[in-house]
Amino acid sequence: MNEITTSPAEKPSQKVLPRWGRILAWVGLFALLVVVAMVLLRKQQGPVAIGQRPPSFTLTTFDGQQFGPAEMSGKVVLVNFWASWCKPCEQEAADLETAWRYYQPRGDVLFLGIAWTDTESASLAYIKRFNITYPNGPDLGTTISQAYRTTGVPETYIIDKNGNLASLKLSPYSSLAEIQAAIDPLLGP
Amino acid sequence: MMNKRNLLAILLTLLFGLLVVGVVSAQQPTPSDDQVNAIAKQLYCPVCENIPLDVCPTTACAQWRELIRQKLTDGWNEQQIKNYFVQQYGARVLGTPPPKGINWLVYLVPPVAILAGVYVLYHAFRSWKRPAQQVNLSPSAPGPQAEMDPTQDEYIKRLEDEVRKR
Repeated sequence: MNEITTSPAEKPSQKVLPRWGRILAWVGLFALLVVVAMVLLRKQQGPVAIGQRPPSFTLTTFDGQQFGPAEMSGKVVLVNFWASWCKPCEQEAADLETAWRYYQPRGDVLFLGIAWTDTESASLAYIKRFNITYPNGPDLGTTISQAYRTTGVPETYIIDKNGNLASLKLSPYSSLAEIQAAIDPLLGP
Repeated sequence: MMNKRNLLAILLTLLFGLLVVGVVSAQQPTPSDDQVNAIAKQLYCPVCENIPLDVCPTTACAQWRELIRQKLTDGWNEQQIKNYFVQQYGARVLGTPPPKGINWLVYLVPPVAILAGVYVLYHAFRSWKRPAQQVNLSPSAPGPQAEMDPTQDEYIKRLEDEVRKR
């Protein structure tokens, strides 16, 4: 009796995509979903966590010097993201410079300033205005800030001598004492 | 002698004139806001997402527009300026991403999705239309098409055989 229900006239209406077409469509859809999921995951990751090893980078300063993993190795490294148009950055600029002058003679502390989405002329004017002497350079292609997953400026990351992130500040430092409180415990006796 | 002096004077005047023209033509006039904005509207500052550079009110964007003006004054063309911005600030400053790497998805997915949609709709419309045709083609008295269909004949024959057996 089942044969009666399967009328030959109905067969053409059940026409579907060929097998390879269906497989291709599902693979395409799956690949698209994977890409979307990866992008969403990356956006939700937040900044680099304390205790983790932050991404390595090489900074080319405005005067052409290069600071990479070799120069940072075995040192406490303070990485400060800033911009000349950023008013909160101005609040901490003088304190950062004072801290640099305090630690520089030791030789085991390195300060790096990274100008984020700034024009070179404005960055240089800012450096001159605050008499900044520690190495500063542009974040070319915004690759460093993307690797660190920064959310804005100013942001400061302090890396210990083992190369792990020891401190993270997503706002300006309010005083020299605050900077020293973050660095001193990392220096040891 | 006089003619020679005159000729020398004319030559010197012409030479001086050419030098002046050369200097003047080497200077670029200050680009207008429209010229700057024609490039700025194709760029986006990462600080203020989704706002084109030509209408972005922040100080950072104002600096970028000034940078475009400076580059235009220096004689750079549109593509050179855009390349410079990509080099300095990354490809995300561009309004339309360059077609390479994962960016290809932006150019491929929409047309593929549209084509797939058209295909699905085409088959959906055809399947909606077919039952109506079948109703017309299957009256109580078999039409000429049904009479000529050998599979239909065979089917009816088997059906009659089944009924006769019972």
